[in-house]
Amino acid sequence: MNSSLILSIITFVYGLAGFLYIFAWIFKKPAAAKIASWVAIVGLMGNTAGIILRWVESYRMGIGHAPFSNLYESLVFFAWTIALIYLVVERKAGNRTIGAFTMPIAFLAMAYASLKTGISSDIQPLIPALKSNWLIAHVITCFIGYAAFATSFGIGAMYLMRQGREAEAVTWLDIAKPLTLFIFVLLFSRVLLAGNWAMAIIIALPLCVLFYIGVLLVRRMPADVKNRLLGVFPEAAILDELGYQVTLFGFLFLSIGIISGAVWANSAWGRYWGWDPKETWSLITWFIYATLLHARLMRGWRGRRIAYLSLVGFAAVLFTYFGVNLLPGLHSYGAFSQ
Amino acid sequence: MNTKQSSDNASAIDQIWKSFASVKLTIGLLLTLAATSIVGTLIPQNEAPGAYLQSFGETLYRVFSLLGLFDMYHSWWFRALILLLVVNIIVCSIDRLQATWKIIFARNPRFNIARYRQLKNKTEFNQDGAAAHLKELYLPVISRRFRFHRTEDNDNGFAIYAEKGRLTRLGVYVVHLSVVILLIGGLIGSIFGFEGYVNLGPGDSAHTIQLRPDNQILPLGFEVRCDDFIVEFYDSGAPKEFRSSLSILKQGKVVAQKDIIVNDPLHFEGISFFQASYGQLSPTEMILNFTSQATGMIYSQTAAIGQPVVIPEDLGTFTLKKFTRQANFKGHNIGEAFVGELTPPNGQPIEVTLPLKFPSFDKMRKGQIIVAIADFVPRYYTGLQVSRDPGVWVVYTGFILMIIGIYITFFMSHQQLCVEVTTEGPKSQVMVAGTSNKNKMGMQKRVAQLAHRLENLPPP
Repeated sequence: MNSSLILSIITFVYGLAGFLYIFAWIFKKPAAAKIASWVAIVGLMGNTAGIILRWVESYRMGIGHAPFSNLYESLVFFAWTIALIYLVVERKAGNRTIGAFTMPIAFLAMAYASLKTGISSDIQPLIPALKSNWLIAHVITCFIGYAAFATSFGIGAMYLMRQGREAEAVTWLDIAKPLTLFIFVLLFSRVLLAGNWAMAIIIALPLCVLFYIGVLLVRRMPADVKNRLLGVFPEAAILDELGYQVTLFGFLFLSIGIISGAVWANSAWGRYWGWDPKETWSLITWFIYATLLHARLMRGWRGRRIAYLSLVGFAAVLFTYFGVNLLPGLHSYGAFSQ
Repeated sequence: MNTKQSSDNASAIDQIWKSFASVKLTIGLLLTLAATSIVGTLIPQNEAPGAYLQSFGETLYRVFSLLGLFDMYHSWWFRALILLLVVNIIVCSIDRLQATWKIIFARNPRFNIARYRQLKNKTEFNQDGAAAHLKELYLPVISRRFRFHRTEDNDNGFAIYAEKGRLTRLGVYVVHLSVVILLIGGLIGSIFGFEGYVNLGPGDSAHTIQLRPDNQILPLGFEVRCDDFIVEFYDSGAPKEFRSSLSILKQGKVVAQKDIIVNDPLHFEGISFFQASYGQLSPTEMILNFTSQATGMIYSQTAAIGQPVVIPEDLGTFTLKKFTRQANFKGHNIGEAFVGELTPPNGQPIEVTLPLKFPSFDKMRKGQIIVAIADFVPRYYTGLQVSRDPGVWVVYTGFILMIIGIYITFFMSHQQLCVEVTTEGPKSQVMVAGTSNKNKMGMQKRVAQLAHRLENLPPP
C-alpha cells in the first residue's frame, strides 16, 4: 500500500461523497446526505493518511521533504483543505446541501491530479530553491486561502441559483454574462485541459451550451419542483453571511500566504517583491477580495453582487494557481512538466 | 467678499477631501489596479527592446513603449494609481477615525437600555428569586466573559451592562496603516537600496558589481571572493545544491566567511549575497579521443587549452583554442563547445568545433582524423545576486501589522451586552440582549448561549 494508491482511492471516495450529496439534494433523501457526510469524513481521513504516508515515503527514499513541492502534491493538499473547510462549514451551518456544490470541487482536484497527463505523481527530490522552512508555511497558508475561496465560490453559486433569477432584465447584462462565461471557460479549458486554443474552443463551447441548457431547464421547471430543489438550500441571508465568513477566512490566509511568500523570496532571491506573474496574480486576487470586503462593509453590498464578486475572485484564484504556468516567470515549481 | 472667497476655498477643499474619503473611489482604484496589473503579466517585463520590436512590430512597440508597458509596474501611471490609493486610504481613515474616536476612547461607556429592549434577538425568561439574589448569581458569569461591566440598580431590579473588544474597532486602521508602512518601506528600498549581480569563478574576486537593469558598475567598498563553488545534481539531472564558499576581504584581510546556498545568503554591512545562478567555465584539462580513419585506432590524449597535442600515426597536431558557451554552426546555436585547430603534417590549419551536446559531431567533417571529447572535469562559475534594501524591516513591520490588523478587523468584535432583571413578587423577569459591531450572527448565538446558562445556573 503506497500513498499514490491511497490517494487514487480517495479520488473515488470524494467522488462518491459528492455524488451522494447531489443525489440527496435532488431526490430529497436526508439519509443519503448523512451517509455522504460520513463518506466525506472517511475521505478526509484517507487523504490525511495519504499525505502523511507520502511524507514518510520521501524520507525512506532519502529525499525527505514535506509533500507540498509540485503540482500533484499541491492538488492533493488543495482537495484536503476543501474537504476540511467544507466539513467545518457543514457543522456550523447545519445544512448538507452545500456539500453538493463543494465536495465535487475536491473530487475534481483529485481526479485532475491523477488523470491529467503531465502531472507526475512521483516523489521528486527538492530543487535548491524549494529547500526552505518557508515552503510548508507558504504552501499551507496559500492553500487554506484557496480552499476557503473555493468554498465561498460554491456558496456564491448556490446563492445565485436561489436568488439570481429575480433580476430585472438588462439587455447588456444578458449579452455580457454568457460572453464572460465563455471567456472564462475558454481560458480555463486552455490552461487545464487543452494544449492549444483551437482545442480549448472545442471543449469550451459545448460546456457553455450545456450550462445554458441547464439554466433553461431550471427556468422551465414546474414551480413545485423548483421549490423542492431550492427550498432545501439554507436561507438566502444565511448563504450570504456564510459565504462572507468563509471569504474573510480566505482573505486572512491569502494575506498570510502572500506575505510568507514575500519573506521567502527575500531570503532566496534577495527581493520580497518582483512582480513575477504569480506574485502579481496573487495580488490581483487580493485586490478583488479587498474590493468585495469594502463593498460589503462600507457600501452595504449584499447578496447577488457579492456572489458575483466571489465567482470572479475564485476565477482569479484559479488563474493564480494554474494559469500563470502559461506565463513567463520564476514560479515554475507547481507547473506541468514540459 | 473676502469671507465668501475663503468659504469658497474651504468648500473646495471640503469637496476634494470628500471625494478622497469616498469608498467608491477605493473600489474603483482596487478594481483598476487589479485590471491593469494583468497587462504586465501578459507582456514580459524589462526585456531587450529588440525582442519587443520583433514580437509586436514597430507601431505597437511605440504605443506600448509610450504607455510604459514594458516596465509597467514602475510606470508613472501605475505609480499614480498607487499614490491615489494611499491618499484615499489615509483620508478615509482620518475621516472615519474622527467619527468613531469618541466611541473607541470613551472613559465611561454609555449604555442605553431602550436600545437593548428594541433588539430583535433578545432572550427573556422568568426565574425564581429576588433581584439581589440574582445579581450575586449573574455577576461572576458575566465578569468572566466581559472585561468591562457595570451594574445599575433601579426601582424594582437592576441592569448589568457589559462589553469587551472596544479597541478592536481600531483593527481596520491598523490594516490601513500597514499598507502605508509597506509602501514607505518599498520607497526606502527603491531610493536607498540597489539590486545587482556578480559572476565569480572559483578563486576569482570582485570589488564591484553590476546593477540591474542598466548594468551600471557599483563599487562595493570591499572585496568579495569565491573560494570554491560546487554544483551537485540528482541522478535525474535536476540540480540538488549550489554552494559558494565566499570570503569578504577588507584591505586584503578576510573579515567574513560563509558557505552560501539558495535560501541561505551572506549578509555583510547591509549588503546581501544570494546564490542566484551558475554557469560553465572553460575546463582547464580534458581527455581527447583521436580516431584514425585509416587504421580505426583510437588514441586518448590529455589536453589543455593552448597546448598543442601531437597525434600518433604522424597525423599532425591539435591545439585547443577556446571554450565558448554559444557555438555557431551554419547559423544554428549548438550550445557550449570547444574550438580547436587541427594542423595536418603538410597543410593548412583547420578549425574544428567540438560541441558538448554532440560527441560525434566531428565525424561530419569527414577528415582523416576524428576528434572527440572523451572526458573533462566541468568548472562552474557562481552567479551571485547582490542587493541592499534598508527598507526591508519597514516592510516586514508592515507585514506583521497587516496580519494582526486583518485578524482583529474580521475575527474580533466590539461586543455589548445587557442583562435586565425586573422583580415582581418572588419571581423575576430577565432579559438578555446583546449586540456587536461585526459578526452579528455569531453574537446572537453567544447571547442565546449566555441566556441559557444564566437561566440554568444552580442556586448558590
